[in-house]
Amino acid sequence: MRVVLAEDLFLLRQGMVQLLESYDFEIVAAVDSGPALLDALVTLRPEVAVVDVRLPPTFTDEGLQAALEARRRCPGFPVLVLSQHVEQLYAKELLADASGGIGYLLKDRVLNCDQFVDAIRRVADGGTAMDPQVISQLLAVRSRREPLSMLTPREREVLELMAEGCSNTAIAQRLVVSQGAVAKYTTSLFAKLDLAPADDSNRRVLAVLAYLNNTRVDVS
Amino acid sequence: MGELTSDAVAEPGSELRPGDPERVGPRWLRRLLGLDAITIAHLRPVLSRALRATGRGVLIVATAVLSLVLFVATALATAFILLGVGMLLLPLLTPLVRRLTGLCRELAARSGVAIATPYLPGRPSEPGVVGWVQRCRLILTDPASWRDLLFLLLNVVVGFALGLLPATLLAYAVEGLLLSSGFWMLIRESGVDFWYGFTPMDSWPRAALGALVSLTVFVVWLAAAPRLVAGHAHFAKALLGPSERALTASRMRHLSETRSDVINIQATELRRIERDLHDGAQARLVAIGMKLGAATRQLRTNPDAAEILLVDARNATASALEELRCLIRGIHPPVLAERGLADAVQAIALESPIDVDVTADVPGRLAAPAESAAYFAISELLTNIVKHANADRASIDLRHQDGALRAVVVDNGQGGVDAGAGTGIRGIERRCATFDGTFVLSSPEGGPTIATLELPCALYSPRISSC
Repeated sequence: MRVVLAEDLFLLRQGMVQLLESYDFEIVAAVDSGPALLDALVTLRPEVAVVDVRLPPTFTDEGLQAALEARRRCPGFPVLVLSQHVEQLYAKELLADASGGIGYLLKDRVLNCDQFVDAIRRVADGGTAMDPQVISQLLAVRSRREPLSMLTPREREVLELMAEGCSNTAIAQRLVVSQGAVAKYTTSLFAKLDLAPADDSNRRVLAVLAYLNNTRVDVS
Repeated sequence: MGELTSDAVAEPGSELRPGDPERVGPRWLRRLLGLDAITIAHLRPVLSRALRATGRGVLIVATAVLSLVLFVATALATAFILLGVGMLLLPLLTPLVRRLTGLCRELAARSGVAIATPYLPGRPSEPGVVGWVQRCRLILTDPASWRDLLFLLLNVVVGFALGLLPATLLAYAVEGLLLSSGFWMLIRESGVDFWYGFTPMDSWPRAALGALVSLTVFVVWLAAAPRLVAGHAHFAKALLGPSERALTASRMRHLSETRSDVINIQATELRRIERDLHDGAQARLVAIGMKLGAATRQLRTNPDAAEILLVDARNATASALEELRCLIRGIHPPVLAERGLADAVQAIALESPIDVDVTADVPGRLAAPAESAAYFAISELLTNIVKHANADRASIDLRHQDGALRAVVVDNGQGGVDAGAGTGIRGIERRCATFDGTFVLSSPEGGPTIATLELPCALYSPRISSC
């Protein structure tokens, strides 16, 4: 799989290149600044981009802006955004186009190589990978007065994993239950939250995230 | 009276047209009275303004008389200071002087001239003779006392002249109107040769001339009375306001107070960061190192135990990272560095458990220290609202105008916040003060609570970072 990597810290960049190469990814470019990233994305057309939020030259949110710009030019272009911290604000912006193929993870998640690589693959396939911290923040804010409080603990766990972007199979593995059980939980929680059921697991994830995000005040 | 004036001054053929009031009345008169048009509706406020100014003028005359008395008394007391009598009298007289100058400041404020009080702050004095001497010294060393004395002297003349003139003009105009309306006949019958202005009042045509003169005097009074009284206000400001030196002194006091605040706040912050790093990340790194050491020893002999240790070590790095993240948020939140104040406030609003509306008009980036101060102040306010206000909605409005950032935070909670009770509010005030900013809290019982923060700061064009 062809990957473009953007990370300004040399050690982290090298480490990530090694890690991804050991999982048989092809690193077509490893860049260290915002303009170089956009350039690489446009000319090399990789299958997925792994991007750090903060990049030179301004050390603000260059990487995020480049990722959003690439997705504006080419809707649905798969981008996995990495950062030292996660912000709901950024998650909302990344999810705003509701077209999938998006990931937003803490850099810490690289420590767990298998899950990290799995997240990259998921994003490249048009899926979603949201950091558990983003999801738990969203739930913490929403759960005070929402139908969310009607969910059983198990349903809540399923909802969290689903919002992170896991498929039924992955949820079943993580919770050590059968796939049938997961399907049952998802049906009942969709009913409780009054969401239209969707067969496609990716659409389902986006529906959940939109539910968690949208009824909040609009970002203007 | 107003009707008469408007009839007299209206130009021939210029009637009052509702849609076009601009052209009513001759231009010089409009200019003289500062009016768009000479109509009754327009003249009424002018008349009441002139009357009020005349009233203040009479009070100014009273201050002039008191000035004379107090000047003589204070000058004598000061002259005889070494004889002891002055020492005794001065602290008694000075409050009276300051009451009088206070009255003059108030009169000036009514004329639209604000005058700050320039006196040095009084220190709590000791009882008995020592305290009395201290108060004398404080009075004598305060330059404002001496400027007050000079004001008293000059006010005797200036206040008398400027204060009396409006009343005199009005009286003269009224006298003329009364005479020309028929009183001249009574006076002539009593056999006195009476003149008004430059006309002897002995026939109806001459009475008409007198009426014209009195009308002119009346118009002059209308225009001059507020200006004369305002003139006195400016004169008072020159002597009763803080001098350049006093302003510098008070500025220096403010600066040294806020500087020590800044130093204290900074030292406390550094201490907190040091403690957090020492107890948090540093300790965790030591633990990770120990676990890795143990894992290395057991790698050959007991690979299963080694694996557990390695997983532990990895989890410990995750916790260390989490702690560092929290610490960094407390020092300078990443979203603030990356996006600026508006988005950073938006981000805390999103994470807040209550509904928070954010409106922002900040086209660009603020100077970094002000941005950070405003962010932490707003963050603190929002935390307070969530914790104590019992509110379910809040709104935050940010805008940069006239060289200052203005943030207004409103909640629909129970109100009744006592600004003196919490250290949080005091902290925000002090942080604002270091930027010469202001923080105002309005929180009536029952709500709503409105916190307004103003920080003077520059605005830079967007997307230029100072990093």
